[in-house]
Amino acid sequence: MVDEREMSLREALNLALDQALARDERVLLLGEDIADPGATGPTKGLSTRYGTDRVLDTPISEAAILGAAIGLAMDGFLPVAEIMIMDFIGIAADQIVNNAAKLRFMTGGRVTAPITVRTQVYGGLGTGATHSQSLEAWFMHIPGLKVIVPATPRDAKGLLTSAIFDEDPCLVLETIRLQGQRGSVPLDPSFSIPLGLAEVKRPGTDVTVVTYGRGLVESLNSAAALDAEGVSVEVLDLRTLVPMDVPLLLESCARTRRAVVVHDAVQFAGPGAEVAAIVHEELFDVLEAPVQRVGARFVPNPGSAALEAQVYPSVDRIVSAVRRTLEEPTAEASGDV
Amino acid sequence: MALMKAADDRLSKGIASGELLCVYWPPRGQEAIAAAIGVCLRTDDQLVTTYRGLHDLIGKGVPLVEIYGEMLGRQVGASRGKGGTMHIARPESGVLLSTGIVGAGPPVAVGLALAAQRKGIDRVTVVSFGDGATNTGSFHEAANMAALWDLPVVLLCQNNLYGEMTPVEHTMKVATIAERAQAYGMPGLRVDGNDPLAVVAALNEAVDRARSGNGPTLLDCVTFRFRGHYFGDPMTYIPEEQMAAAVLADPVPTFRAALASSGICAEHELHEIDLAALAAVEEALATVLAASPASTDELARDVYADPTNCPA
Repeated sequence: MVDEREMSLREALNLALDQALARDERVLLLGEDIADPGATGPTKGLSTRYGTDRVLDTPISEAAILGAAIGLAMDGFLPVAEIMIMDFIGIAADQIVNNAAKLRFMTGGRVTAPITVRTQVYGGLGTGATHSQSLEAWFMHIPGLKVIVPATPRDAKGLLTSAIFDEDPCLVLETIRLQGQRGSVPLDPSFSIPLGLAEVKRPGTDVTVVTYGRGLVESLNSAAALDAEGVSVEVLDLRTLVPMDVPLLLESCARTRRAVVVHDAVQFAGPGAEVAAIVHEELFDVLEAPVQRVGARFVPNPGSAALEAQVYPSVDRIVSAVRRTLEEPTAEASGDV
Repeated sequence: MALMKAADDRLSKGIASGELLCVYWPPRGQEAIAAAIGVCLRTDDQLVTTYRGLHDLIGKGVPLVEIYGEMLGRQVGASRGKGGTMHIARPESGVLLSTGIVGAGPPVAVGLALAAQRKGIDRVTVVSFGDGATNTGSFHEAANMAALWDLPVVLLCQNNLYGEMTPVEHTMKVATIAERAQAYGMPGLRVDGNDPLAVVAALNEAVDRARSGNGPTLLDCVTFRFRGHYFGDPMTYIPEEQMAAAVLADPVPTFRAALASSGICAEHELHEIDLAALAAVEEALATVLAASPASTDELARDVYADPTNCPA
């Protein structure tokens, strides 16, 4: 299409920020090393274009970065704050959890803090236990926050744009290992993707793999591998965890009658537990098999590549989980004994 | 100050007798500082305060009905009963945030001040907190950022000598909170927080500095809290002699006596102020007690602007 261009996910994020800054004076960016010449990520070039009073380099002070963003938002700005790596968000969690998320409710709508927090999830890069975590489940647990995890360049641009102009506080996870992924992205500044809409990234009929973020890559690879065996896998990308597109989730799982949830977050008490619970509660009668989960193993992320490869969902683990949903019930399980 | 004390006295009496049911962190004894906030700030200037905020809220002009209403969970409360004692905000009075978390206010005040600076308006933000907050990382991050960017903010410490139940000298090596300002390159001043005129003088100077673009100030206003950390605190950790000295320095009767002895106010004028405060408190409380409790509909409102597909 004329109005689209092939670009990396990192460039798509940059384009969303660029167009938001151009379109609305209320938008401003703050974070560590986000201004030129130190910027290397999605904010590269923006301080040169819009000035350092709209793209603010801050001290390494995560609580103050998010507190400042909240104060700006309370007074009408649309701040986009960056927490460089998600593992650092613990320093600032109080501001997100106790101020941003709750202000609208606690003040009866009198005060709101429509901030956007961008943060990058490492993992798979040998950065070890304190620079690799995918902590979205922490924030899904807080009423008032929206949690967004784009996996493609198009979704990254559309969802970040929605987040910036959304009236609620939004946390956007930018998976570092996806930032080199390329895809076609609409150039129209008004292009956005509504929060809370999942998307079928690959249609199928036998089993639904529900995923988001980097899990999408391994899920699509798994679907291709299973296709060779004659298994038709539907891959559903949730894209936003809160709000969650439960209607489309249930529509897909009701059709395939089997589901596997895949994510890079720790499997135990992870987002997949909520997805599995919802599917079981709503579709118990139509499911052919229990929902399977494939998440990161319950261990601090190791530094060694040899170990780290064992932690995250892999094609092998996903394919095994899909096969478990396809197994014929045993005589014992089917009650025919 | 008379209204702040009367509002506290009536609440305390009501909670102690079982007439009123609410949680409360009383600021009784800290009225001189809150009165200075009222005198030194414009309506459009902003205040970020804490859960111990009854006096500050009154000082900044939040109607007592909205404060009591919120504390007692009524529809006439500032947030229609959804926030509770610790979380009262009223933008029309310049109060955008009361925090329940020690140290959470200064970073937000930095943002409000940054907003004013970005807009090019001469609005000042005052953030009020206790001595304990100055031991949190949030305070230090915010103080550094405020100084770095010359933000129009005043860091107003109501140093009541105790962080919850622990005396201030047990929690910091430095002798004064004021001297912490040096580390950030901003002026720090220790003030008698029980003397409203001294606080007004210091706060006016700090507000002028902020308003004229010369950056933040840390004020260390030394005071005392008479009712402990929370209402009902047995206060066994407070030495008798310290309490006795504090009673002698109680800012409300002390300032009242000073106004009388200096001839600024006649006794009958002071009496009228006291009576008016008592009447205002009784009227507000009657309004609140006659109001409906928070509506259960509220649970489905204001969690999100757009709750589509959000959990409920």
